[in-house]
Amino acid sequence: MQILITGILLGGVYAIVAMGLSLQYGVARIMNLASGEMLVAGAFAAFWVVMAHSFSPYVALLWVVPGAFVFNWLIYRYLLLPLVRRAKSRGQLEVDSILVTFGLSFALVGIFLMVFGGSFFNYSYLSRPVEFMGSRYGLNRVVAFWIAVAICAALWYWIHYTRSGMAIRAVSVDPVSAGLVAIDVPRMSTFAFALGGAVAASGGVLLSTFLTFDASVGIVFTMKALIIVIMGGVGDMRGAIVAALVLGMTETVVARLVDPGLTLASAYLLFVLVLLFRPQGLFGRSTT
Amino acid sequence: MTRKEVIYAVLVLAAFAVLAFIPSLPNSAAVLSLVIPITMYTVLATSWALFSGPTHYISLATAAFYGVGAYMMAPALEVMPYWMVLPIAALSGALLAALVGAMTLRLSGVYFVIFTLGLAEMVRQVITWYQNNFAGTRGNYVFVDINDAQIYWQLLALALLVYLVGWLINRSRLGFAIRIIGNDELVARHSGINTARAKILLFMVSGAFAAVVGAVMTPRFVYIEPAMAFNPEVSFLVVIMALLGGVHRLWGPLVGAIPFALTWEVIASNFPAQTVLLMGIAFLLVVYYIPSGVAGIMEKVYFRARQQRREVSHG
Amino acid sequence: MDNRVRVLEVRNVTRRFGGLVAVNDMSFDVHEQEVMGLIGPNGSGKTTMMNLISGALRVSGGDIMMDDQLISDMPARHIARAGVARTFQLVRMLPTMTALENVMAGAVFGHKKLWGRALQVHAMRQLERVGMGTSAHLPTSALTYIDQKRVELARALAANPRIILLDEWLAGLNPTELRTGIELIADLRAEGRTIILVEHVMDAIRSLCDRCVVMNTGRKIAEGTPAEVLSDDEVIRAYLGDDDD
Repeated sequence: MQILITGILLGGVYAIVAMGLSLQYGVARIMNLASGEMLVAGAFAAFWVVMAHSFSPYVALLWVVPGAFVFNWLIYRYLLLPLVRRAKSRGQLEVDSILVTFGLSFALVGIFLMVFGGSFFNYSYLSRPVEFMGSRYGLNRVVAFWIAVAICAALWYWIHYTRSGMAIRAVSVDPVSAGLVAIDVPRMSTFAFALGGAVAASGGVLLSTFLTFDASVGIVFTMKALIIVIMGGVGDMRGAIVAALVLGMTETVVARLVDPGLTLASAYLLFVLVLLFRPQGLFGRSTT
Repeated sequence: MTRKEVIYAVLVLAAFAVLAFIPSLPNSAAVLSLVIPITMYTVLATSWALFSGPTHYISLATAAFYGVGAYMMAPALEVMPYWMVLPIAALSGALLAALVGAMTLRLSGVYFVIFTLGLAEMVRQVITWYQNNFAGTRGNYVFVDINDAQIYWQLLALALLVYLVGWLINRSRLGFAIRIIGNDELVARHSGINTARAKILLFMVSGAFAAVVGAVMTPRFVYIEPAMAFNPEVSFLVVIMALLGGVHRLWGPLVGAIPFALTWEVIASNFPAQTVLLMGIAFLLVVYYIPSGVAGIMEKVYFRARQQRREVSHG
Repeated sequence: MDNRVRVLEVRNVTRRFGGLVAVNDMSFDVHEQEVMGLIGPNGSGKTTMMNLISGALRVSGGDIMMDDQLISDMPARHIARAGVARTFQLVRMLPTMTALENVMAGAVFGHKKLWGRALQVHAMRQLERVGMGTSAHLPTSALTYIDQKRVELARALAANPRIILLDEWLAGLNPTELRTGIELIADLRAEGRTIILVEHVMDAIRSLCDRCVVMNTGRKIAEGTPAEVLSDDEVIRAYLGDDDD
């Protein structure tokens, strides 16, 4: 039971990390391999806020969110949009964007290494236990979980109940037709990419309150986010949330019962199961 | 073989024969420390391009195959002689590639890329876990008496082998099938090609080479631990060199590997703190400005020159 | 008519895409050395039907038999090896290859397995047959759309198929080209091949087809000789009437 709840707490935070990636891949059609580095940037920002000013790490959200939004806006506008225009086919764009974001992830890791060095970072924040149904949980994890839920709910509301959210959904279903009904597709794609980056970075702030970070850990989170998005089905928010909880629980189970060093391996285990049995996603309809 | 091919073959063999004398140069230690990484990356990038070039499936997992080969050397040496380890490394690399391929290559390319992205890290985690819990050590000592010149000769032989294999594949049905698949997978299926099998086979060849290279390089280190064997930079450098050189010609990765490996030595020794950043930037520059690689540019120039010559002679 | 050998048997075939039923309970036979036209208004499911026969798509229900083999269970490559070749509604060339290589692609792995010199000669003959012999070594990107269509047919023929599926292969040809095209298809039938064509060009349907199956919104609404089906009330309504989509 305790493992289960710890898993859900972790999964909730993973859900927003995956949602950030899902916006970028589902709407802007960019498989962003540098997503984990955005997250690490958020974590470093929180770390800096705590260490230099001894504020609450969540203060960092105030400038991590707009900062990541602008940064990702610029990346899409100046690095990725030229690729979208140059690509002759969807396949070409896929290959190009994978290569560019892969290169970008290394460049970002390089910057982190330069600024922060190669050692591990963590700080202590709200690390006192709370009791719930007879078991103890870290308060930092509980707070992170509820903030993640709030962010998820806001995104859900925005995508499903607002006019701009509807435009985003239209672009994700069919960019060409969306263009025909007077939706500014490049603008919407840019916006979705920037927002996705901001969401991923805020996920980094949340995770930093209870996990240890180093400059090159981003790839692990990129992997986890990608696996969640595929498990949930591309563009399926509900699927992504369920998948994130499944991953959170699987990881917690493996960490507690086998070894904490095997979190990525457990994510791969899920990935393999998905590939073998439901490559179209948990709730996706079979197309073949 | 046509006459042109015979001439090429003789030239290539002659070039390799000359290169084999590098260790007997004066001051060979310094030269070897440069040509070993160049040769190593040439083999890795060429075998990477064998698969990723025609299929457009970007493999980010060279480090995983390299690491498997590198890491098995030490324990394997305790039970068998050095020369037996190399074919077993090749087999392990091929087996890992077959597993990855069987799971992802029947589906779209995206699954493949994602799977390969974290593969090295995942294998590293599993091995570390195994050693911590069951072997009681973090790494392994490599007890084998092989010097740099011998490593270089082995890499040189591997380079010759990768060219031979690449050339044979290109003129085989498998090579033709892969070209068709890279062009249009649907047409390939309707032409009777078993697309998944063709892709998996080729990926196995590529993985086997990377694993052997890893095994061959291991004796350079006295002690090897997972983080050294499964270094993500290897995957990254291989992709960038292959792209820089061009993936559509067998000799493409070579013209990428030589300048890049040299530049890399300079960068790594002068800007140790910025290497990763510079690597990322170099990668972006290649993708944006040299999308068809140096080989692509050279061919374009060559064709243009030939066309001009033809126009002159006709006009 | 039924004294001829039945090569292809489509039985109660259905194909759904999510909630949309693109092909709904279709049944028909195709006989040896027959040209069968699959006609109907746009969006009626003809191309989906062709994709089901060639194995590009899996059936959601029903069976397709070729002779005694159940081909609706097979992957596309096995159907190709059994002797079914096709062209695509929108031409699919192998863009980095020459015209000759495109044609060679059809004769290596499928119903015909050639290699080396024999393959080259065989592919060259197919190209000449469609009137593209002089363009053999051009990259396909240098060919016009119509020439690409011819190369695609040559690729299908290179497999020496028993059944050829032509998806609007005659569309877009000018009158002279159309006449050559019709003659070519008639020749293929004379060689003993069976041809299924999806077509909108009425002249071609009238002069080529032995029999037609008419589809509308995924269902078969008529079957018979071109003259019979084209005067059928329901067919006329499907093409011109008010319940047209």
